[in-house]
Amino acid sequence: MEEVPHDCPGADSAQAGRGASCQGCPNQRLCASGAGATPDPAIEEIKEKMKTVKHKILVLSGKGGVGKSTFSAHLAHGLAEDENTQIALLDIDICGPSIPKIMGLEGEQYVEDNLGVMSVGFLLSSPDDAVIWRGPKKNGMIKQFLRDVDWGEVDYLIVDTPPGTSDEHLSVVQYLATARIDGAVLITTPQEVSLQDVRKEINFCRKVKLPIIGVVENMSGFICPKCKKESQIFPPTTGGAELMCQDLEVPLLGRVPLDPLIGKNCDKGQSFFTDAPDSPATLAYRSIIQRIQEFCDLRQSKEENLINS
Amino acid sequence: MEAAAEPGNLAGIRHIILVLSGKGGVGKSTISTELALALRHAGKKVGILDVDLCGPSIPRMFGAQGKAVHQCDRGWAPVFLDREQSISLMSVGFLLEKPDEAVVWRGPKKNALIKQFVSDVAWGELDYLVVDTPPGTSDEHMAAIEALRAYQPLGALVVTTPQAVSVGDVRRELTFCRKTGLRVMGVVENMSGFTCPHCTECTSVFSRGGGEELARLAGVPFLGSVPLDPELMRSLEEGHDFIREFPGSPTFTALISIAQKILDVTPACLP
Repeated sequence: MEEVPHDCPGADSAQAGRGASCQGCPNQRLCASGAGATPDPAIEEIKEKMKTVKHKILVLSGKGGVGKSTFSAHLAHGLAEDENTQIALLDIDICGPSIPKIMGLEGEQYVEDNLGVMSVGFLLSSPDDAVIWRGPKKNGMIKQFLRDVDWGEVDYLIVDTPPGTSDEHLSVVQYLATARIDGAVLITTPQEVSLQDVRKEINFCRKVKLPIIGVVENMSGFICPKCKKESQIFPPTTGGAELMCQDLEVPLLGRVPLDPLIGKNCDKGQSFFTDAPDSPATLAYRSIIQRIQEFCDLRQSKEENLINS
Repeated sequence: MEAAAEPGNLAGIRHIILVLSGKGGVGKSTISTELALALRHAGKKVGILDVDLCGPSIPRMFGAQGKAVHQCDRGWAPVFLDREQSISLMSVGFLLEKPDEAVVWRGPKKNALIKQFVSDVAWGELDYLVVDTPPGTSDEHMAAIEALRAYQPLGALVVTTPQAVSVGDVRRELTFCRKTGLRVMGVVENMSGFTCPHCTECTSVFSRGGGEELARLAGVPFLGSVPLDPELMRSLEEGHDFIREFPGSPTFTALISIAQKILDVTPACLP
């Protein structure tokens, strides 16, 4: 298994736990104590817990405000429309936990019988409470979420992440490494300022050997509700996600246009699909969700073939 | 008790403003950039310190991507945009060998670089240093505030979009400001509506009302609403000066008004 802090000296090196890049790593104490080859026991415990979780999908970006939480929430809603499918949505954005609001939850954890949510937002007593934590404490919370929550039988676990390529991302990949993540969905807007961060995120995924399901281009065009003509609020000055995906050889799962009803529904904590079933944005979402399901099913059958052969 | 800070490289900086949000993607870097350009428009010398190590947006917004940072005897020389040195920049973006390289660091390593950015950049004489931050309330923010505290920043500009989902995060950022003793100069609401270029109908693409409500809840000034303008997006992508090139845009008017409010609350310096 690859350990992933950038410049990690290696768990069995003389510098293990002592290097500058070891600071904040969940294994630091273990490495420094000389128990170099022993990984964090939590990783095994998490692997056990995750045995009842069929598919794990990370929603990443690199860039903030592109619609990761909006997408995660609607991916969850879309998959949960099949009552026989159990969905869990985990929000590991510890500083800015948006999922409770978008899902319309104050403290209760179930949106539907088959759609459960976990977020640090539920643990905060006031909407003004700030979670001012440094990296190691955030890592501890993520470990707790993965190890101590009773996930039960889940078909899809969707993990919504904060922007960036830092503690939270390293931790969730490390803790889930042996539990097998199906892959990552990366969200971007058409702007270069977003693409430049998403390219870094793609490189991060490759570095930590996280499969990439594909890229979603969000806020891709705006249709005026009055005159119905299309404008580009966020012009794709460098070719948008399409060109980036071609260059980096990752699939473009789809483009979601801007629909003011999306923002309104997120503010009200409702599913946008229910409010605007015929919106081009809804149709785009549904097509993307289907492609994600196909990816997960294909991965599952490939693994089953490997086991049976 | 800590001794008075060594003035060092920040000795020549009159006023420090932090641009914060809590929420990602609301326009912190955009507002930092446009505020700097608007202050330059008003004759001021401005520096921008970009402490977003994972997603450094500032270099591109000024068309400065690919520029190199040089060492001088007082530390790192910032990247100057022009001969007059009216705008100077520092960002991890200038230190990366490859632009697509991800900075995958945990907190402590980020803290160390931010401390260096604060103490080791030879800014020279500046009227304003604008510190652009990443989203959140974590390592980068704490490191920046701790390193800057002794230089008594003027305060923080807090950016939100109109949506409740943004206000929800930004309320927490306001708590962070309170807890760390950072004065909030005011709230800026960005992405406040879009005027269709075909029929001039204005649509609230990202809901409405959040900025004013946030300012009211927190008891801080509301500095203004900035509408969406694709020409602003394009200028940022291509590194052009929107303030110089689009004086007719309602977005220009909003940005200049916010900059003026900053100038109005800036104390005059003692000789």
